[in-house]
Order: sequence, then structure tokens, then C-alpha cells
Amino acid sequence: MTVEPAEKLLAPVLSAFWDDPRSWTLDTYRRHEGYQALTKALAMAPDDVIAYVKDSGLRGRGGAGFPTGMKWQFIPQGDGKPHYLVVNADESEPGTCKDIPLLFANPHSLIEGIVIACWAIRSNHAFIYLRGETVPVLRRLHEAVREAYAAGYLGKNIKGSGFDLELTVHAGAGAYICGEETALLDSLEGRRGQPRLRPPFPAVEGLYACPTVVNNVESIASVPAIIHRGKEWFRSMGSEKSPGFTLYSLSGHVARPGQYEGPLGITLRQLLEMGGGMRPGHRLKFWTPGGSSTPMFTDEHLDVPLDYEGVGAAGSMLGTKALQCFDETTCVVRAVTRWTEFYAHESCGKCTPCREGTYWLVQLMRDIEAGKGHHEDLDKLYDIADNVNGKSFCALGDGAAAPIFSSLKYFRAEYEEHIDGRGCPFDPARSTAWADKSRTEVNA
Amino acid sequence: MSGEVSLGIPEMPAPDYPADVRARLENDAREVIARYPGSRSALLPLLHLVQSEEGYVTRTVIRFCAEVLDLTTAEVTAVATFYTMYRRKPSGEYQVGVCTNTLCAVMGGDAIFEELQQHLGIGNDETTADGKVTLEHIECNAACDFAPVVMVNWEFFDNQTPESAKAMVDDLIAGREVRPTRGAPLCGYRQTARILAGFPDEREGAVEAGGGAGPASLAGLKLHRGEVAAARVVPPRAEPAGTDVTEEDGE
Repeated sequence: MTVEPAEKLLAPVLSAFWDDPRSWTLDTYRRHEGYQALTKALAMAPDDVIAYVKDSGLRGRGGAGFPTGMKWQFIPQGDGKPHYLVVNADESEPGTCKDIPLLFANPHSLIEGIVIACWAIRSNHAFIYLRGETVPVLRRLHEAVREAYAAGYLGKNIKGSGFDLELTVHAGAGAYICGEETALLDSLEGRRGQPRLRPPFPAVEGLYACPTVVNNVESIASVPAIIHRGKEWFRSMGSEKSPGFTLYSLSGHVARPGQYEGPLGITLRQLLEMGGGMRPGHRLKFWTPGGSSTPMFTDEHLDVPLDYEGVGAAGSMLGTKALQCFDETTCVVRAVTRWTEFYAHESCGKCTPCREGTYWLVQLMRDIEAGKGHHEDLDKLYDIADNVNGKSFCALGDGAAAPIFSSLKYFRAEYEEHIDGRGCPFDPARSTAWADKSRTEVNA
Repeated sequence: MSGEVSLGIPEMPAPDYPADVRARLENDAREVIARYPGSRSALLPLLHLVQSEEGYVTRTVIRFCAEVLDLTTAEVTAVATFYTMYRRKPSGEYQVGVCTNTLCAVMGGDAIFEELQQHLGIGNDETTADGKVTLEHIECNAACDFAPVVMVNWEFFDNQTPESAKAMVDDLIAGREVRPTRGAPLCGYRQTARILAGFPDEREGAVEAGGGAGPASLAGLKLHRGEVAAARVVPPRAEPAGTDVTEEDGE
């Protein structure tokens, strides 16, 4: 029998003082040991900072899981070109909702991380590419950057180190594809956000064809804690290959949706246990481990360790740790149709497999959902998804194929039910947040 | 606009801004351009900026951006038509966007969007006759733990219902003050566009407004601190106890 309550597994670091009144201010951040890591880092040689972050084992939190320190190490030094750090704050992957609350409540953790990262890679100009559709976060970033300049954490000769850094906050204009790092760079250069052919990789030719590191918000915001508390502390959480803490975002038909910060490798069962499970009276049907682009899981996967290796071994990807949970009232065909419409809408049009493939996937999915599909359509669906997956210019195409493949794998019978029954057997009203409450209760 | 057959080919050249407006915008544009090592990077913020003038991307806008950045109007048009936040036609003072990506849609976003269309008597991407509200469905806005979500001028309205959303648009139309769940009191679309261009919101208290993290953002933190009891897992209805996947808390 058990032992420790599941919530003791949590380890809030970035979220540790989000409930502080005025948590977003420089004062609050400093009261919580903010900018102490910067002092430490500026006393280290830049290469030593890179080595330290590399040794910590920090991996990218934006989806791909690439080792952060290694990305920094790829920047050629002594090349005489300007170097840039670009923070990817274009959080748009369906289900993903960690960077936006992080920046709203604790923007200085990102700014401190930026200064440390730029010191390490010898960059004098950094950019935060924030998706434009989140104005409250933009306000707080503007203010945090202003505070950081005024306090001498940005600008000329930072804290007497002789190191100069400019930081520009840049608001995007509504395009999911700009979360792809090379599309983001094109967008930041004032172009249509379309992915670039690689190589050359951004580390060699990135922004303005200069060496550039593109990192996710959470990756960079994790750096100050690693420097301040030590890589051993960081490595004491998670596993050998997936060390450290991270933000898990629980959403959907769960009793208590929200942000849960803890060590990598926690399971959905543990998160649901502490969060009170699914909403009362319902059971888990399917879920995404890291946004809609990661193949969906079912209740068979509740004990999969949510780290890079664990989720990969179970046939999906850790992605952004966006745990969208759907209960038995949800039609999987409807869910996948909507995601497919999203990918078709957001396909940038640059490459044929994705542009054409996502269009045809939508036509087939809509027909099947509406009860107008045929059994051959399921093979056609699979075939088209197969022609998009791995054959597109960037990962958006793979993302579009993922919900289709995985839903066909686990719920083929439900597709067939739509075809044989000439319609959807589900009542969408039962899935709503207010389905189990009376309307008057909602109004109250 | 009238009964003429439009071939979609605009008259050239596009009209310029009045001299005073142009001087003011050029001044702002210089400030935006100075933020970047390469001037073309200023194009996205400039398109936000000029939307704060006329509320949408007009031919005058395209011409202005091309001139200040030394681009062709075709290059500017290519960018302006790629991004969904740039409007192609006159729109309302308040842009009401209902998230209908999968999670919000399932949690009630579809119902909210449907009821708002009926309530306002307009369809997707249409504006009320009084010019107050433009309604549209939007993609995932990174607030899934607050689903279903509605955005108004890109401020968060969390945990919405059809009733709360209808009451909110009624308030917007009646000119009553509307406060988002997280964020500052609503300003008009043009003022929002200026913030997006990188000019900080100068309204008193705008940064502080709305307070700290929303309740869902604090879910894990409060549990960890023991400030809320870990919730009890309830077995599902119509399921024999013991088969529930979320119920094995005492295994």
C-alpha cells in the first residue's frame, strides 16, 4: 500500500512564487533569489557556462528535446559575425499552455536566462518572439524588460562586466508555423513565416544569416535555476537522459486542470491522482502527451513515464507536455477532424505534400464525421497521411499526420461506426464543461 | 462597394495619409526600425502600428510600409496576407474570438460560437451593424487549462459559457466596462494594435491589472504546498468500481 501522496512528487521551481502578489515584478523576483545566477555566470568564462548547461543535461522544452548546451556549443566562436539569441515564445501548439502563464507570472526568469545564454554564446542582441495574440503577456514583458534595463541587467556594461546586451520584444501576427524555428527567423526578418531548407542550420546561418540560437521560453527560463542551485541539484530530478524539472499542463475533462511543475518522468496516473482524476463520473478515453502533433495515447498509457525516452518508447513524443485529456463523451473523429482543419489552415503552403495533403485530409475527415464516408476512405486517409508524414518540408506535416495515424490505430472501430451508422453517435453537449451542471448553476 | 462589378484590381497609386498623420507615423516607424539590426524586421510591428490608424490594412498602409522600409508593395502585401492578425477589411472595435480548436471546442467552444452567432445575428468574420463587435473563431490561444476560452482584443476571458459570453458582448455593445479574466481593462482594437507594435500600454495600472497567475496556473503549486486538499477521485458512472483507470489511488 502506499506511501507518499502523489502531490509530494511536485517540485515547483519556475512556478514557485506565482501566487506572490505582483509575482511579475523585479522586486519579487529578486526576493526569490532572482538575478543571483547571473552574477555567478558573469564570473565564469562563457565556454564554462556552455559546458555547465550541457553537463546539467537540460533538453529543449519546446518539443524536440534537443540538448540546450549543445545548441549553444554549435555557435562558431571568433567568426567575427554578430551572434543572436532568439527566444521562441510563439506558443501555439494545440493544448500547449505553459509559456504564456510563465511569462505572465514570472517574466524575469526568462530575462535572466537570456542574459546568461547571451553571455555564453557571445551575443549582444537577443529577441523574444512572442505570439501576438496574448496582449496581457506582452504588457508584462514590456514592463519586465524596462525594469531590467533600469536595473542594469540589460544594456551597456551589465553589472560592471563589460558585457553589453540589447533585448527586443517582438510580437508575431498570428501564424502557428512561426513556432518552427526557421519559419520564426524568416518571420522575424519581416517575411512570410515559411520554413527554410536545412542545412545551413540556424547555428551557422540563422537570423540575418548570422549564427543564431533559437530556444523555447521554458528552456531558457530554466537556466538561472540550474546555475544558481547547481547541475547536481538539477540532475537529482528526472532520469539520466531526461533530467530536471518541467511544467506539465493538464487540460480537458479533468477535475483540476492547470500547471503542475515536477520532475521529468512523472506519469499521467500520478498527475491525475493528485489532480482528482477525471471530472466526476467519467473516465479517460484518449489524451495527448505533448500537444496535438504528438500521437495520442489511451488509458493503456497511464503509466508511461512522461520524459523524452519514456514517451518515445511508447510510440509518441513528449512534445510540450500538453496533456489534453478527453473522456468517454468525446468523439475521437470530431477531435481529429478539428485538429486536421487546424493543420490545413496553418500549413504555410511552401511544400506540396503538406499544402495538398492537409486539404484532402480535411475533406475526408469531414465526410466521415458527417456520416458520408466509405470504408475505403479509411485506407485513403491513412495513405494521404503517409504521404504527408516525413515527406514535408518541416514538422507541421508530421504533426498533421500524427492524430490521424494514432486515432486509426486505437479507435478504428469508432471511425467505422460513423461510416456504418451514417453519422456521429456522440452528443457534443455531453462533453461541454457545463454538461453535468444545470444551466441555472452555471448562471449563478 | 456599390453595384459595380469589381475585378479586385485596386486603383493605383494608393492614396497617401494626410501629411500630419504621415509625419506622426514616420516618427513612430523610425522608433520601431531602430530596434532591429535589419530594417525589414520592422515590417510585422509596422503592420500592427498602422492597424492602429485605420483599424485594418488598407492600400495606404501597404504603400506606407513599402516606402519607409524600401520594399515593393508586392513584398508588403505578401506579408500582410500571410498573418491572420492583419485585417483585410474594416472591422469592429472589439474583436471577439472564440477558440474552436479541438480542446476548447469539445469543452464548449463550439456551443459558445454557435450561440454568439445567433445572439449577434452575424456569422464568422462579420461585424455587427453598429461596428462594435467582430466575431470570429480562433485557434488555440495557449490557455487550455482555462477552457473554453474567448479572446476579446487578445485579452483572456477564461472558463466561458454561452451565457457569460453573451452577457459580455452585450456589455461591449452597450459600452459598459468589460474586464477580462486575466489582463487589463479592455481598450479598443486600435490601442491594442499599438501595444502589439511594441509601444507599451501607458494606461495607469495596466500592467498590474488582472493580478497574478490565474487559478489553473496555480493548481500544482497550491497542491504542493498543501493549501488545497488533494481531490478525491470519483469512480465513473455506469462503470463497475475497480475498472476506472483514474481510480487506483490506493493500489
